[in-house]
Amino acid sequence: MIKARGVSKSFGPIHVLEGIDVDIPMGEITAIVGPNASGKTTFNRILLGLVQPDAGEILFDGDSIIGQSAYRERIGYMPQAARFPENLCAGDVFEMIANLRGTLRRDNELLDTLGMASILRTPFRQLSGGTRQRVNAALAFMFQPELLILDEPTAALDPVSSSILKDKIRAERSRGRTFIVTSHVLSEVEELADRIIFLLDGTVRFAGRPAELMAATGEMRLERAVASVMRARKAILSEAA
Amino acid sequence: MTSITRITRYVLLDVLRNRWIVGYALFFLVVTDALLRLDGTGARALVSLLNVVLLLVPLVTIVFGTMYWHGAREFNELLLTQPIDRSSLFHGLFAGLVLPLSAAFVAGVSIPFVVHGALENPGSFLLLLLAGVALTAVFGAIAILVSGLSSDRLRGLALALTIWLVATVLYDGFMLWFTMAFRDLPLEGPLLALTLANPVDLARVVLLHQLDAASLMGATAAVFQRAFAGPAGLTIALTALSAWALIPGILALRMFRRRDF
Repeated sequence: MIKARGVSKSFGPIHVLEGIDVDIPMGEITAIVGPNASGKTTFNRILLGLVQPDAGEILFDGDSIIGQSAYRERIGYMPQAARFPENLCAGDVFEMIANLRGTLRRDNELLDTLGMASILRTPFRQLSGGTRQRVNAALAFMFQPELLILDEPTAALDPVSSSILKDKIRAERSRGRTFIVTSHVLSEVEELADRIIFLLDGTVRFAGRPAELMAATGEMRLERAVASVMRARKAILSEAA
Repeated sequence: MTSITRITRYVLLDVLRNRWIVGYALFFLVVTDALLRLDGTGARALVSLLNVVLLLVPLVTIVFGTMYWHGAREFNELLLTQPIDRSSLFHGLFAGLVLPLSAAFVAGVSIPFVVHGALENPGSFLLLLLAGVALTAVFGAIAILVSGLSSDRLRGLALALTIWLVATVLYDGFMLWFTMAFRDLPLEGPLLALTLANPVDLARVVLLHQLDAASLMGATAAVFQRAFAGPAGLTIALTALSAWALIPGILALRMFRRRDF
């Protein structure tokens, strides 16, 4: 279980996260949704130790992760934008991360299904953005982590690769792995997610099953349910103004 | 193998395949070879090489270091999502930057000296290599500090070039003005302090200390040599140079450990 308690973060005068309290159960796919600048990526980055919170605590199976690094052995991460040293090739990066993790366990399924065997020795400077993102996807799953954090995983992928990745997510979910996925594509979230955390203006507006949000808003689709919450919030803000 | 050596290994792989590093080594190879052919003796070539080293090593290191550190930002993010701590990553990246630059310099200068059999003054030759490597470490540390201070690549590059210009060109002009303006006052103390305040001048002191080239000394080197004759002067200059690498390095590490990626 991942527990966030009172997590706040500001960048200068902008309050990105304000007192986030959420529980993320293991073995499920939790999608973090919300409009641009709602704090989704910042929350993930705090979870990964890339961003340090101003206040609050995150516990991973009861242990605080703030300032720690060993817990990341249990995490695989696929960032939204893929950039690697131009003169290295994917084979070097896979070998390097395996070395850093000190592990021999490897899941090369995505490497095969995404057709990357032929580019393993090609320098990154010769690879397209989409191919680099496929490398990122393969890398996130490669060391069989318990928790996978995927930031807009299908945004830069072609439809075939996107579909392969979604199948892989479902297969690994059925094997008990945990996913935290951020996505703007709410149809994709509806398709994959067991739970959603809806962030708006740096606070949690809803945390639970997608069906619960749809029932609460009286909408049939997640996209409309989310839009409904956003409209209600906007109305409250304009009244207050 | 520790995390630091593992990271260093892959940064080395990346940097050594960079064409700029190869060009840097070739430049020193060609210049050193030409100087040895023109000057005839190793000692004269060393003196001629001195100014090339003092100008070029800081310039290439600070520019390459700033660009490399900025370019590696996203990859650093990926590495920081692995089970390694920030200090290990920092040290691995720093070693991966300074080692290939130093190796390119040492290879570019040494090969022509060995080929021409011009090592009649091995002490001076080794000091030249030591000064070049020390300047690489100093300006490598300053480059990562600059990259930490400025998240914008172009601003970082402008700051890096300004630091180089101040340390190499403007500093000499300032020294000239300073000695002229206060020529009636005892200047030994302030000039010694000013030498310690500039790593390029310190490297010059290290080299001139060994080379018999008093005519090339500026006011600071002459004062330094008078105040600290013998091995003590060399030790003080090298200690001060080490401090010039350590202090920006420690500041950059503190920023790296606290910063948000």
